[in-house]
Amino acid sequence: MTDRQTDRQARLRRHTTLLAVVAVGMFGFAFALVPLYNIFCEITGLNGKTSGEAAPNIAATAPSSQTISGSAEREVTVQFLAHVSRGMPWEFRPTETRVRLQLGEVTETLYFARNFANTEFTGQAVPSVTPGYAARYLHKVECFCFTQQELAAGEEMDMPVYFYVGEDLPSDIGTLTLSYTMYPVSTGTRPVSGAPETAGGTMSMDHSEHSVL
Amino acid sequence: MIAHADTIPPARHPLIAWILRWILTTNHKEIGTLYLCLSFAMFIVGGAMAMVFRLELAQPGLQYVGADFYNQMVTLHGLVMVFGAVMPAFVGLANWMVPLMIGAPDMALPRLNNFSFWILPFAFFMLLSSLFMQGGAPNFGWTLYAPLSTTYGPPSTDYLIFGVHLMGISSILGAINIIVTIFNLRAPGMTLMKMPLFVWTWLITAFLLIMVMPVLAGAVTMMLTDRHFGTSFFSAAGGGDPVMFQHVFWFFGHPEVYIMILPGFGVASQIIPTFARKKLFGYHSMVYATASIAILSFVVWGHHMFTTGMPLVAELFFMYMTMLIAVPTGVKVFNWVATMWRGSMTYETPMLFALGFVVMFTIGGFSGLMLAIAPADFQYHDTFFVVAHLHYVLYPGAIFAMMAAVYYWLPKWTGNMYNERLGKIHFWSAVFGLNLTFFPMHFTGLGGMPRRIVDYALPYADLNMVSSVGAGILGLTQFLFLYIVVDAIRGGTGKATGQVWDGAEGLEWTLPSPAPLHSFHKPPQVD
Repeated sequence: MTDRQTDRQARLRRHTTLLAVVAVGMFGFAFALVPLYNIFCEITGLNGKTSGEAAPNIAATAPSSQTISGSAEREVTVQFLAHVSRGMPWEFRPTETRVRLQLGEVTETLYFARNFANTEFTGQAVPSVTPGYAARYLHKVECFCFTQQELAAGEEMDMPVYFYVGEDLPSDIGTLTLSYTMYPVSTGTRPVSGAPETAGGTMSMDHSEHSVL
Repeated sequence: MIAHADTIPPARHPLIAWILRWILTTNHKEIGTLYLCLSFAMFIVGGAMAMVFRLELAQPGLQYVGADFYNQMVTLHGLVMVFGAVMPAFVGLANWMVPLMIGAPDMALPRLNNFSFWILPFAFFMLLSSLFMQGGAPNFGWTLYAPLSTTYGPPSTDYLIFGVHLMGISSILGAINIIVTIFNLRAPGMTLMKMPLFVWTWLITAFLLIMVMPVLAGAVTMMLTDRHFGTSFFSAAGGGDPVMFQHVFWFFGHPEVYIMILPGFGVASQIIPTFARKKLFGYHSMVYATASIAILSFVVWGHHMFTTGMPLVAELFFMYMTMLIAVPTGVKVFNWVATMWRGSMTYETPMLFALGFVVMFTIGGFSGLMLAIAPADFQYHDTFFVVAHLHYVLYPGAIFAMMAAVYYWLPKWTGNMYNERLGKIHFWSAVFGLNLTFFPMHFTGLGGMPRRIVDYALPYADLNMVSSVGAGILGLTQFLFLYIVVDAIRGGTGKATGQVWDGAEGLEWTLPSPAPLHSFHKPPQVD
């Protein structure tokens, strides 16, 4: 009798512990979803996440030699977009809205940034490519988005991007859009409430979400 | 030091003794009752919020509340109804009925049972207190999408986060208790495949709860660290991705909708055979269908996110998987209809609610199939069509099933018969109010009226007025329900026999009515 009772107690404890471990494991799984999601995005190009710095490979540095062998040389259009995070006192725009280029040809374009605030301000641009599944064919050799950009009060700057479009780009893609969103790096330097006088006085929230095609 | 029984003062004020009895109880029937009472209170609170925004939506333009308060009402209505009304209602029902149905003396872990209930009042106190805080209550919808809930969420969002943590802990502990009870305390001879279907559906629901509630806890924890501790799980500025929040949330969210419906399936599978006076048709297929629905629920979350720009192959995958769920669900509906086929049917109130459940849940299932079609979903997404769909599956699916269960087992709980005439009036007025409220939303939604917006274009005005009138009627029927239950507790229309319903089968009907506080000390023999 008591044996059966202790048996049952032990079984109850075992089952309870096991189920509690499953629950804790699933809590961990929620966090494991984060790296899993990033890997999944990298494979599928979901959400237009671009990969990091690309080595300027042979195809890129010597496009002419490639075009000799490649009988069907393709041209694609790359469009440029820019957004500024809400409340950030910057002007940020591409200097040209689109370029035609050959696959494999390393191209340079410039983005223009200006800090309206009367204090120094640091920003970080985050790139995104549309359509999403084209993201992995757009390779950036050199990009201002790899590092943080620091502008003094009123300073302006042209920021270069060197990139090429891989020759294995699927044939149904004729146009790619490269978009950058500029985010403030430290929220402590938010200008609107932080700075006593904002340059120009009107350069505050109403210029947020500023985007130029 | 352990307090001995004789150190407790012998005479307490009766009121204090009464309060302590309910706070300290470890009896599964009393805890079940506590859950049911809390759930009804939350149902009224969530319903009152619905009345606020239906009043506002009765006419175009802004009449009574502003956009921000409207959003707070919509958000809290969803959270309170899902976590406060439906889930505790079914947990309460499981507490009451699972031990009675499997011939157990109590739940396996009675003190844990007490703990998991008493967490809940504090959770809802935290959630609802956000209404009175500076900046208002959370206003980003019950789905808590980042960055609305992280970057732009009001300060009270943190109370929501901890409230959700507490609810999650409560649900997980409750689910562990139910699984351990079902696995260890079945009466001799009750094999798994002899268990009543309500027990089966709850067993599967409990596993779903253990699998997904921790994921929700993880999601809101990431929200919390994004808000205060400088992480960037959902912030693109730091390399995170707001769309990932939706993936994590709906990985929890879709199994969650089956958590709210599977026990309802179980209730219908108990009630329909009783009043058709036939055995349930296809018991085994019912069990397998329930398990298939539960397993499939883990691979369909993407159908909530068709418009987020996922790759074509993912859209196709989620579309076909979602449609596949219609198969086991169809098996269940077929079995219920086949149970009734050539049965000696009578239409007492529990049966009426169960039939209303089958018919209207099927309507909701069909609009679900429409939404599952990815290309069509681009039109339906975020419109009132979705609102119509989800209320057609949740109101008849969860609330009607719950009311059917209350009418069905109320004589066993109270020992008295409820007023059958009033019960029928309740059913028909609820059916009328429900369809008047939610059916027009199909049309406003197909016409393009967006959800979660306080105002709307003039052409939607008439149908919205109809919906609001229906919502008022539906709200009033809840008080009729409350009256019927209180009336039954106070004597109703006479004493109930132990058997109560002449066609009912199962261990709970072998007990006298009302069921004694302690039952099945000696496990019954099941053959």
